[in-house]
Amino acid sequence: MTAYLLRRLLSLCLSLIAASLVIFLVMEMVPGDPASFMMGLNADPAAVAALRSQLGLDAPLPLRYLGWVAGLLQGDFGVSYTYRVPVSELIAERVVISLPLTLYALTLSTLIAFPAGIIAAARRNSFADFSVMGATQFGVAIPNFWFAMILVLIFSINLRWMSAGGFPGWEAGFGSAMKALTLPAIALALPQASILARVMRSSLIDTLEEDFMRTARAKGLSRSQALWRHALRNALIPVLTIIGLQFSFLLAGGIIIENVFYLPGLGRLVFQAITQRDLIVVRSVVILLVFAVIVVTFLVDLAYAAVDPRLRRHRQ
Amino acid sequence: MTRSFAPDRSILKMALSHRSLVIGFLLTAFFVLLALLSLVWTPFDPTKLSIATKLKGPSFDHWFGTDHFGRDMFSMIMVGARVSIAVAFVAVGIGIGLGVPLGLYAAARRGSLTDEIIMRGNDLVFAFPALLLAIMITAVFGPGAINAIIAIGIFNIPVFARLARGAALSLWTRDFVLAARVSGKGKARISIEHILPNIANLLIVQGTIQFSLAILAEAALAYVGLGAQPPLPSWGRMLADAQTLISLAPHMALFPGFAIIITVLGLNLMGDGLRDLYDPKLRRGRG
Amino acid sequence: MTALSISNLKVQIHGTTVLHDIDLSLDAGRILGVVGESGSGKSMTALSVMQLLPRGSVWSGDIRVAGNDLDTLDEAALCQMRGRDVGMIFQEPMTALNPVRTIGDQVAETVCVHTGASRREALAIARRMLDRVGLPEDRFPLDRYPHDLSGGQRQRVVIAQAIALRPKVLIADEPSTALDVTTQAQILDLLRQLVREEDMGLMLITHDLAVVAGLADSIAILKEGAVVESGPTREVFRALRHPYTRALFSASAHVPERSRKPALARTPVLAVENVVREYQQPRRRLFVRPPPFRAVDQVSFEIRHGENVGLVGESGCGKSTLARAILALDGLQGGNIRLNGHVFTSAGDGPNPELRSRMQVVFQDPYGSFNPRHRVHRLVSEPFHLVGSAPRGAELDRRVDRALTEVGLTSSDAGKYIHEFSGGQRQRIAIARALIIEPALIVLDEAVSALDVSIRAQVLDLLAGLSDRLDLSYLFISHDLSVVRAITDRVLVMKDGQIVEQGETESVFRNPQHPYTQTLVAATPSLEAALAAPAS
Repeated sequence: MTAYLLRRLLSLCLSLIAASLVIFLVMEMVPGDPASFMMGLNADPAAVAALRSQLGLDAPLPLRYLGWVAGLLQGDFGVSYTYRVPVSELIAERVVISLPLTLYALTLSTLIAFPAGIIAAARRNSFADFSVMGATQFGVAIPNFWFAMILVLIFSINLRWMSAGGFPGWEAGFGSAMKALTLPAIALALPQASILARVMRSSLIDTLEEDFMRTARAKGLSRSQALWRHALRNALIPVLTIIGLQFSFLLAGGIIIENVFYLPGLGRLVFQAITQRDLIVVRSVVILLVFAVIVVTFLVDLAYAAVDPRLRRHRQ
Repeated sequence: MTRSFAPDRSILKMALSHRSLVIGFLLTAFFVLLALLSLVWTPFDPTKLSIATKLKGPSFDHWFGTDHFGRDMFSMIMVGARVSIAVAFVAVGIGIGLGVPLGLYAAARRGSLTDEIIMRGNDLVFAFPALLLAIMITAVFGPGAINAIIAIGIFNIPVFARLARGAALSLWTRDFVLAARVSGKGKARISIEHILPNIANLLIVQGTIQFSLAILAEAALAYVGLGAQPPLPSWGRMLADAQTLISLAPHMALFPGFAIIITVLGLNLMGDGLRDLYDPKLRRGRG
Repeated sequence: MTALSISNLKVQIHGTTVLHDIDLSLDAGRILGVVGESGSGKSMTALSVMQLLPRGSVWSGDIRVAGNDLDTLDEAALCQMRGRDVGMIFQEPMTALNPVRTIGDQVAETVCVHTGASRREALAIARRMLDRVGLPEDRFPLDRYPHDLSGGQRQRVVIAQAIALRPKVLIADEPSTALDVTTQAQILDLLRQLVREEDMGLMLITHDLAVVAGLADSIAILKEGAVVESGPTREVFRALRHPYTRALFSASAHVPERSRKPALARTPVLAVENVVREYQQPRRRLFVRPPPFRAVDQVSFEIRHGENVGLVGESGCGKSTLARAILALDGLQGGNIRLNGHVFTSAGDGPNPELRSRMQVVFQDPYGSFNPRHRVHRLVSEPFHLVGSAPRGAELDRRVDRALTEVGLTSSDAGKYIHEFSGGQRQRIAIARALIIEPALIVLDEAVSALDVSIRAQVLDLLAGLSDRLDLSYLFISHDLSVVRAITDRVLVMKDGQIVEQGETESVFRNPQHPYTQTLVAATPSLEAALAAPAS
């Protein structure tokens, strides 16, 4: 168990280092000099040079990388070129919207997908199965931002149940904040729930055909007892992988959905930064999201070990 | 185990009797034809502005209505189909063209340093959600259809590399591959002659699925302004234009949305159908 | 008392009749052997008694378990019956247990489902049952997981959960087929003992006549979904009344005729000298590299011209690893291998084609041995890759044709795909592929193990005939002693990577010297011995 953990931890660190290196190098390929961009077209060359050294841009590449990483480790992402405030502050303001939105959507997706997938698998080829599979076929095909627009059209414009966008802030109370996140979360969750339900179904169907299910029935368990006690936990193993992957899809999807609902999250921040060529912000948001994905992959590995005793072996 | 089908004439009959495969194929073929037709004919010039006829609903003249500049929506959707399909086709092509050889190579050199490097590289790319990759690329090179293709293509490489490697690894242990080695055949030759034909089914099925994902990704990129640039119409940007006008002209949002959904649905149905056809034992959902 | 009676059982699956007219009866404390080849319907009979037939099945007839007519029971009552009145043991112990639950949990579950016992009581019963099947507490605590256990140990767990409630009927579907002979003997002993002590009726399903001959009180022989003959075991075997019984009996004890004598004077075809094969083991701790696992340890032997040599041993003894090394598919960590006096190694680009063409191979799995996308013509001619001036066109067709005729197929088979052939025919094609470039030595790795006895007898005849006619030597690798005995001149016994004994086949089997060979020979079920033994 400890060996497994240590090995996963080591590969986690290596992935983090590799990802940071890739992001750093890609961002270094950007044509143009941030300092002259910040100072405007008619800036005094001496002033630009001063700014360059102030920003640490004149140091050699490896040193700049190390300096950047050292900053990251202390939570220092650098200073935004356009806002002239620490990027960490900008991110902190936005993350309190983006992260809850992602988790909200992930919860919804799981809550919808599990029962749907289980019912479809348990009653294979029944009407319930066909309905679930048909619905998921559409769910997978619908772009989430289009779905978001349709939700706005129906629930905000026609029914006037929800506001069409914006975020009141957590100060306005948990209820109203969650309400503002509900339509975005649904728009994000339903397409993902379709994928998850299909995976759940196929994984469960595979497990139901395993030999040990026949053993369970031969012991006298009814069909549903065998499903709950023996099939579900085994079927969960591939499903966990997909949940982990969905976290990254939802994080990235959130960037777009935030734009539909005018939510001031990381997505809005990154698009503003791109138009303003505030690359230090882009770099920081990208590395933050990539780190989140890598860490979640690590957590999924830990979850495997919890579900599957074969990974916890070697006690001799 | 990759169970192969009998390569005889009855395969066509089996395919025709498979409902979702036929429907999926027809839907996909419809959009491909629409895209091809747009090269020579569209009802109206999709770039021609006409403020007089702006925001009109569907009518006999303008089947899908007009947008806020008075452009004909149907013509724009036709041209948009061309963009979507071209971007997805090239992106999946990049994925297959680079990913499959990498995967086959890694499998043939299982456990070697090269294998390890290829696989870790894959993991690394997987840590970047496609959209994030696109954002980085656009941040560096600026928005455009080509950069969208590159971003989606890069994302497809590890998908096919992993699939090819995994399937190839199980084939390398099969006796017929050992028999080929006893017949003195080298790794490259075995990969092409014995491994590739036996994983082709899997690659085709995954290819259709990645194609549909690429269409969705292209739409998302265009929607946030990182895809094809004006004046070239694209489904994603049509939706972006529709967003502010959604209460005024919902048809502007509905028709491009339907176009995306039906194309993706067609591809997915075709993928599922092909999978069932190749492997009737594994009627599983999309993974 | 009749524990189980079946009469007039018919089963159809999606309209196809798989069983017609099955009549069987089993008394408490007795063993009924149900014997048949694959497709004879023996497993379907078992699943009918369990009422776990596959979807789309319809059955009719009369099945009574401990007097209860199954037709009158609803699903809830059937669930009560399964596990309480009838227990079942399956063929594949590696997959029969749930990998994510402990063994104690799984045995206790039988108890919990049927009795109101608390978890604690159920676990106590599970403990007793595991002790009973030979898994003592100190080495097999309740919280172990199946993946920690060997195949034989897992089969014991499966038996423990089947007998936890002392059912009146125990059904064992090929319970020892997936196990090594020595483990098989232990499991069969355990079953026999349980039947006598617990007064259960055991329905033992097997393809192996020798297994039932030594164990069953009565026997039923199935063919194509019907019982062709049944009665007390000794009587059935003594009379051999039905032609199919006779055919099955003679195929099981079949020894092909061979006429050729090995030429001892010439250079050995194959010389294996102090060969070592090691594997890197997976790391268990991060910074400690485990010592390599030595799968083949200092093995030496020779195969003379025209000699057939057997290599026997249980799974994991290293025989397949040795085979791969001999075929130069893997590198060696020590020693060397010579073919016709030339060094044969996987180093560099492998042996030169000319040398490689002197040795060919036939594998066990008739389904995995061929690329499903190529026609037989292309499959069989693949080894011509090794020949510098490979035949083409009409000459190639003629060679393929000759190889196919040689193994008893026809020239029209060359245009077919492999899925159009049965398992036995596929092994013939594999042999044709090995023959076509006229090698001096063919390695047969469990080449007949996946075949039914009657097919196996035919393939053995074919092999014997070919070696006489074409001046071939075989290295015949198998876990099945009786097959090796039938076809080889000399035998090597392998254990834990080493050859522990070698010598003339007959003398080794008749008078084994090494203790391991003695165990192996004693554990192998033998028809002759079982029938010669006095009635119990």
